[in-house]
Amino acid sequence: MSQDLTFLSAHELAQKIKNKEVSAVEVTNAHFDRIEKLDNKIQSFLYVDKENAIAQAKSVDEKVAKNQPLSPLAGVPLALKDVMTQRGVPTTCGSKILENWRPPYDSTVVKRLKENDVIILGKVNMDEFAMGSSTENSAYQKTKNPWDLSRIPGGSSGGSSAAVASYFAPLAIGTDTGGSIRQPAAVCGIVGAKPTYGTVSRYGLIAFASSLDQAGPITRNVLDAALLNEVIAGYDPMDSTSINQSLASLSGAAQNKDIKGMKIGVIKELGGEGWQEGVLENFSQAVETLKQLGAEVVEISLPHALYSLAVYYLIAPSEASSNLARFDGMRYGLRVGDDGSHGVEEVMRLTRAQGFGPEVKRRIILGTYALSTGYYDAYYGQAQKVRTLIAQDFQAAFKKVDVLVSPTSPTTAWKMGERVDNPLAMYLADLATLPPSLAGVPAISVPIGLAKEDQMPVGMQIIAPAMSDHKNYQVAAALEHAQGELLISKIGDLASKS
Amino acid sequence: MKLLQAVEIFEPVIGLETHVELSTKSKMFCGCATEFGAAPNTQVCPTCLGLPGALPVPNQTAIESTIRIGLALNCQVTEFSRFARKNYFYPDMPKDFQTSQYDEPFCVNGYLDVAVATDEGEQIFRVEIERVHLEEDTGKLTHSGGATGRIHGADYSLVDYNRAGIPLVEIVTKPVAGTGKYAGAVAKAYVTELRDLLRSLDVSDVRMEEGSLRCDVNLSLNAVGASEWGKRTETKNVNSLRSVEKAVNSEIERQADVLTEGGKVTQETRHFHEDSGTSSSGRSKEEAEDYRYFPEPDLVPVIADQPWIDRLKSDLPEAPSVKGKRLAKEWGFSDEEMRDVVSMGAIDLIAQTISAGASAQAARKWWLGELARRATELDRDLIDLQIDPKDISELDDFVSSGKLTDKLARQVLDGLINKEGSVAQIVEKRQLVVMSDDASLLPVIKAAIAANPDVVEKVKEGKLQALGPILGAVMKETQGKADAGKVRSLVLKELGVEG
Repeated sequence: MSQDLTFLSAHELAQKIKNKEVSAVEVTNAHFDRIEKLDNKIQSFLYVDKENAIAQAKSVDEKVAKNQPLSPLAGVPLALKDVMTQRGVPTTCGSKILENWRPPYDSTVVKRLKENDVIILGKVNMDEFAMGSSTENSAYQKTKNPWDLSRIPGGSSGGSSAAVASYFAPLAIGTDTGGSIRQPAAVCGIVGAKPTYGTVSRYGLIAFASSLDQAGPITRNVLDAALLNEVIAGYDPMDSTSINQSLASLSGAAQNKDIKGMKIGVIKELGGEGWQEGVLENFSQAVETLKQLGAEVVEISLPHALYSLAVYYLIAPSEASSNLARFDGMRYGLRVGDDGSHGVEEVMRLTRAQGFGPEVKRRIILGTYALSTGYYDAYYGQAQKVRTLIAQDFQAAFKKVDVLVSPTSPTTAWKMGERVDNPLAMYLADLATLPPSLAGVPAISVPIGLAKEDQMPVGMQIIAPAMSDHKNYQVAAALEHAQGELLISKIGDLASKS
Repeated sequence: MKLLQAVEIFEPVIGLETHVELSTKSKMFCGCATEFGAAPNTQVCPTCLGLPGALPVPNQTAIESTIRIGLALNCQVTEFSRFARKNYFYPDMPKDFQTSQYDEPFCVNGYLDVAVATDEGEQIFRVEIERVHLEEDTGKLTHSGGATGRIHGADYSLVDYNRAGIPLVEIVTKPVAGTGKYAGAVAKAYVTELRDLLRSLDVSDVRMEEGSLRCDVNLSLNAVGASEWGKRTETKNVNSLRSVEKAVNSEIERQADVLTEGGKVTQETRHFHEDSGTSSSGRSKEEAEDYRYFPEPDLVPVIADQPWIDRLKSDLPEAPSVKGKRLAKEWGFSDEEMRDVVSMGAIDLIAQTISAGASAQAARKWWLGELARRATELDRDLIDLQIDPKDISELDDFVSSGKLTDKLARQVLDGLINKEGSVAQIVEKRQLVVMSDDASLLPVIKAAIAANPDVVEKVKEGKLQALGPILGAVMKETQGKADAGKVRSLVLKELGVEG
């Protein structure tokens, strides 16, 4: 019984809880049991929060017993990326510098999850401060890809994608700065959506790059993602960049599988030489499917798309260098050298030297340099201009088509350790996900098959205009439906993997 | 070198950077209270503590106050302005960056005309304003142990973040040249006028001693007639109006000494010392710190549309200088009298004293006479005596109705300055009652007459002006409580002389 519960979708679980077929506590415990049994193989959770989760589940069961109104995901378990503050629960950002820090406040996303009775099972692993594409930059543990334990789960939300693909939770929150939801979802064969920038509050999302960071859902099917997206999205006066405007129904779009007559643009620049053959093959097949479903497919050029990597690696580190300045050992988290023999600046220096990992340091240095007098115009200033051009490319494209598509990532999940010493190779994993991030437009990754070379999952990225997230869900749902069975069902028995 | 000598050789160029803490109810980017003097770290939240994940939300009132200040300073309000991050590490800054403004401030290019008394009469100097921008204040550090009271060498330091995030407006002037020996007076007049302006806008407490108005003085000298300006210094910790003038003058003298002795002025920050009226060298600015300013990505730009600006403009109060001219007429003060009132920063004090019931001349007499003398003695500004104008009006009433003598009134002022209570309470506590009854006065008068036989002789000869020593003795014996008129008539009566 409990094993079966973990294999259900979020919307199915919510329905069963509502119908009193199963209690929220049973559902929660079933997931904890599986985590306990199998997460030693995957290492997705950094902190399992049984106490709060069971308390939450009990309150859902009370509501059910009293026949009180329930939110669409009430009682459904969720894995929370460790970048989101949750009152009283350790929040590390995958970094030693925040080890044992317990925030005194809830992020808005957590507040909304709690208000909607989504059960937070605990905190999951990530690249330190969300910087990375493999989750190998976590200061705590290396999370494995449940399809093949010798491979990376993607990143930076690799804990979220691995947990959902391992059936430890049907829902996870990830955050996406340059692809950190979509790429891990793609390489784990599940669904991940980056909402329109400004539609999900960043209050309590520990910032990497403020102008790009956006939280979103990671789930095993499109409807679950839409439902979770609806729970977390909404105007928040605590976030000045929050958009005071409602999205069209996402769960409605995720159930509307009709894309007849829709215009879909294939991004010319994102594919071709250097991309894994199996990835391109699956992508072409998926495009064919869209055509068969009645969509009109055209090729679209985003002339500035390929500058995205350069632009992103100036803007994101610049913002990060400033956002991460506060980790100085003065107020919270790690403090090194506080033995009376060091001055304040030395304590700051020692704390940051010991508390940050190499990738974080690399980006802080990069960003500090890019913002320096004499370099600002050439680097940060120029990058902002090109960012505008990239956004304009999208605006022009969306005059011609409803959505754009590309492979989510140039390759499938690679072997652990393979790119650790080659940051540039690592950065290339985000080549396709960066342009929509820079433009602030919504994008979703949906599984489209296994690559012939390695039998690892491939994702398609669907991109819509700002505030048109529903179009992504509509196309993704149509594609998912056309494939019949979910790709994730082919993952095999985790217990037998090694 | 003395000031007058220095300004014959060198031309001073001054620049003033003023920081004004706005008196908004809540902080700049969060809802925390801004009350002065609360227990340390009790007015804080995730945002103003810079906790991971917390975000700023701008205080709309603070933005409007900034724009109102700009409008009152004849500035141009920029259509598109933004906050920017000023990055540097310091423990009083929770985020290790200050949210400020850089190249897109709210207001630019204004001016303030200030009147200064010169040898040729009153002269108007135009102080041009470069920018008015909004930023957040830092926390407050207290260093324990160590000799200097500075962070280096301290045993430990405590941080109070109550002040962190309080809205702070920075008003920067363009360099002001051509003031010569009046440089200090112009600087003081500017800060005074600015303070009055800010007070009339009701945007700040403008209390220099509490730090809600802070002034940094930039100064450089160049040889008279030279085309290039010299290296400038920035003097901080200038905490009163009087110090503004002193800081300018002492820095002119100091730099003149350095330059005439063949030395070079170091570009540096200096700390002003109120007690000695001089400054000491602080941090050298030879290697300018790189603050890596960039637009604050957590905040959206502010677009100033015309209807908004028009509304703020129409709500502006009368400018203090205009108000001063109007009031001088209304109160019947001469130009010279009004100039003193302005230079002492007493317009509002007098206005409030008058509206509490005193006559204009009486109000002026109290504030520019006895109170001004005390302020000078205490080396404070009038406003910083923190005396309620209503009390002065009441005191004046006590004197004109004969309930207090001038001498007793001075004791009441002591009481008011020491915060001993209301005028009536002080009168009672200090037992300041005018002695006017014959029974208590006569024995004292008789003793005074007996002690001054030579005076008695002169008076009997008709020299009434010789009475002084006798009257003085009576006043002394009665500790100034005797009613002077009554004493005089009793003395004359006692001597059998017609008054």
